[in-house]
Amino acid sequence: MNDTNSIRNINIVKQGLAKRYRAEKRFRLYGVTAITASLVFLAFLFISISSSGYTAFQQTFICLTVNFDTETFGGDNVDTESISSANYQGIVKRSLSEMFPEVTSRQEKKVLNSMVSSGAAYNIRKMVLENPELVGTTQQVWVPADDDVDMLIKGHMDRNSPDSERRLSAQQIGWIETLEKDGNIRKQFNTIFFTSGDSREPELAGICGAAAGSFFTMLVTLILSFPIGVGAAVYLEEFAPKNRWTDLIEVNINNLAAVPSIVFGLLGLAVFLNFFGMPRSAPIVGGLVMTLMTLPVIIIASRAALKSVPPSIREAALGVGASQMQMVFHHVLPLALPGMLTGAIIGMARALGETAPLLMIGMVAFIVDIPGGLTDPSTALPVQIFLWADSPERAFLEKTSAAIMVLLTFLIAMNALAVILRKKFEKRW
Amino acid sequence: MGANMNPTMLLVTILFLSVMGFYMGRKRSYAVADKVGGINQLHSRPTYYGSLTALWCAIPALIVFCCWLLFESRIITDLVISGLPDNLKNLPPDHLNLLVNDIRNLVNGNIVSGEPSPLMANAADHYRALNATSHASLTVIVITIAIAGILVIQKTINPALRARNHVERVIKYILIACSTIAIFTTIGIVLSVLYEAVRFFKIVPLSGFLTGLEWSPQMAIRTDQVGSSGSFGVIPVFMGTMLISAIAMSVAVPIGLMSAIYLSEYANRTFRSIAKPLLEILAGIPTVVYGFFAALTVAPMIRNSGGIFGLDVSSESALAAGLVMGIMIIPFVSSLSDDVINAVPQALRDGAYALGATRSETIQHVVVPAALPGIVGSVLLAVSRAIGETMIVVMAAGMSANLTLNPLKTVTTVTVQIVALLVGDQEFDSPKTLAAFALGLMLFIVTLILNVVALIVVKKYREQYE
Repeated sequence: MNDTNSIRNINIVKQGLAKRYRAEKRFRLYGVTAITASLVFLAFLFISISSSGYTAFQQTFICLTVNFDTETFGGDNVDTESISSANYQGIVKRSLSEMFPEVTSRQEKKVLNSMVSSGAAYNIRKMVLENPELVGTTQQVWVPADDDVDMLIKGHMDRNSPDSERRLSAQQIGWIETLEKDGNIRKQFNTIFFTSGDSREPELAGICGAAAGSFFTMLVTLILSFPIGVGAAVYLEEFAPKNRWTDLIEVNINNLAAVPSIVFGLLGLAVFLNFFGMPRSAPIVGGLVMTLMTLPVIIIASRAALKSVPPSIREAALGVGASQMQMVFHHVLPLALPGMLTGAIIGMARALGETAPLLMIGMVAFIVDIPGGLTDPSTALPVQIFLWADSPERAFLEKTSAAIMVLLTFLIAMNALAVILRKKFEKRW
Repeated sequence: MGANMNPTMLLVTILFLSVMGFYMGRKRSYAVADKVGGINQLHSRPTYYGSLTALWCAIPALIVFCCWLLFESRIITDLVISGLPDNLKNLPPDHLNLLVNDIRNLVNGNIVSGEPSPLMANAADHYRALNATSHASLTVIVITIAIAGILVIQKTINPALRARNHVERVIKYILIACSTIAIFTTIGIVLSVLYEAVRFFKIVPLSGFLTGLEWSPQMAIRTDQVGSSGSFGVIPVFMGTMLISAIAMSVAVPIGLMSAIYLSEYANRTFRSIAKPLLEILAGIPTVVYGFFAALTVAPMIRNSGGIFGLDVSSESALAAGLVMGIMIIPFVSSLSDDVINAVPQALRDGAYALGATRSETIQHVVVPAALPGIVGSVLLAVSRAIGETMIVVMAAGMSANLTLNPLKTVTTVTVQIVALLVGDQEFDSPKTLAAFALGLMLFIVTLILNVVALIVVKKYREQYE
């Protein structure tokens, strides 16, 4: 009786077994799918951004044969004054019409001139100012093309689509083909992108201004948040008595770490800008807000680093007569420093990518000049991305993706540095 | 010495003086020690006498320096305003603000709207003069304080001076000050947001704000305009936030949880050490990048595929923003859940295996129920992250506050509205800008509650197995 029962039970188990193994396999598959899905997305994000952004590192230039005749520069007495006030727009226009003598009507000339960037005249002016001997000579000068021409050359615009769907007319495309045939149009490395500030003209816009703004903001953040964060961690971990006061501080730090970043922006707007009257759009205010935001991250990481230093070190130091302060600053802190630095770098990387609080304190203005100090109006890299992403021109899409690539490169470099630091100095006690 | 230094130069000078103070203090201690028979007769090592001098040189000077700079611009502005003619002085506050801004722009040499009147030029000169006076007096005062600090300590250095104890006490106070900054930040957030929000609720009643079904913050510029009285009902904005967060969580929770389970229960060491950092990259990508991606790649994709099925998808659909936000949140859910799953004692698993359970049965019936409080805590933290997320929704979600649960329609969120209300030209006292602070207060309270609950749940859970 008992035997048949157990045999029946075994049979029941065996019958269900296949089903249960299938369930097991299915469950495992869900896990693999989940991870694959997130990694596929990650890859998709990177590929989609770099495929639309890599073309921005090159730019189309047109070769003009520029005649710097003395007349344009005031005839006989050519001096700095006359050089800087000469009609460079006219020089560019003249060389274009010499290139295409068949273009005669006013309307057509206007269209022709629009193919060269409005920055061309400025470039030529700078060239002559740096080298006044050019006056009276004829030179071949490569000047940036307009962004529409750039898009066509890079293949973002279909030459065979109907006119109404293109931003360039068939006539313009014809001119461009002439230029191509004569080798007077080419793509070269886009230095403008790395050396200039923002611009309304996509072909003249660069990230240098935004990068400088980010640099100053991060400088303030680093100078303030690292010492303060380490100080707070040292106090809480090594000196603080266990009482309600320190509990309160701890709860505070944990909560601040999870407060939405935009709320820090509101704090900056209400306190730093409106109460203390600090300048709008200034990196120093951005740095202060970012400091408050990254402090919890640095404090938490620094405390973990201090905790990992074994008590025997402390006891040995105290045993040979060090005071508590000497024990901390001469023995514990140096051992915990790599861990703290890692935390600081990760906190800084997060601050570098942060946008929302900067919007609140006015770092979203359109700023052409490259900021030179902590109180100059400026933007930051992520904010520049946000601003360009809003622009309708096709050329800005490419710039946005390229700026994202630059930002991600910085972030990856910082995180890699943190990982290397951790690997190199990680100690198992 | 130049009477008018810029603040950065002055800061460098203070630091230089303090370094000098260190060497002077140390030298002085040697000198004092020589008279009484070597440095063994000193209470502390010479470095501490140096440090003491340096600290007393730098700290008072730095405190004065910082306070001065913080309040300088406010005081100068008040002085300039009081120097204006009466008809300007009695302008309404928002006009006065504009005027002051124009004066500041003039001072900084920026472009101002219109031709500056002689009156403005006068005011700007006044501003500049006051600024110069202020900087000059700051320089003199700070340097005097710094030098006085050095001299006073020099005088008091003697072999019996307990320099080490003194220095250590000062350093300890500095450390305490560092750790209280977290508290001041919280107080600052609460006060600043609350203060403006209370001003808002004086104009728009709290009950109307919390129960109103319509949100259109555009106020009439002139009183005789029709139909733009502005309505501040927060429900549609709040529902939009909830809708997008719900979409995000329905992506992040299953994927994040399954990833965590796979990584902690199935994956071998190598796979884990590769997959985990890769997942965490998702958390490190700036949100503005996600926003760009959502607006330019995901939203058109959803729109087009919706078109195939004959669905009318808005180009700023809640679905696109929610989906991308969900992907951003995956690593938060997965790494927090990973921690709590790892904290489940191995004995529980072994018990289940001994009864003949398969791995998945053990996970579903033993590990996950045991880790549930911790998982709930991590999900709550992720929800609070989703609610507070700004850039993705600013770039990919819409502006119009529709009260709908349809993920294909446009909705707006609390953070989008805060940005929309505060970015760009604004007068600071209008209900429109104050509304942003009311929304900020709401956001702060909701995320605070979520965080506190989550932390308590996770802590309780940890204690259970420790």
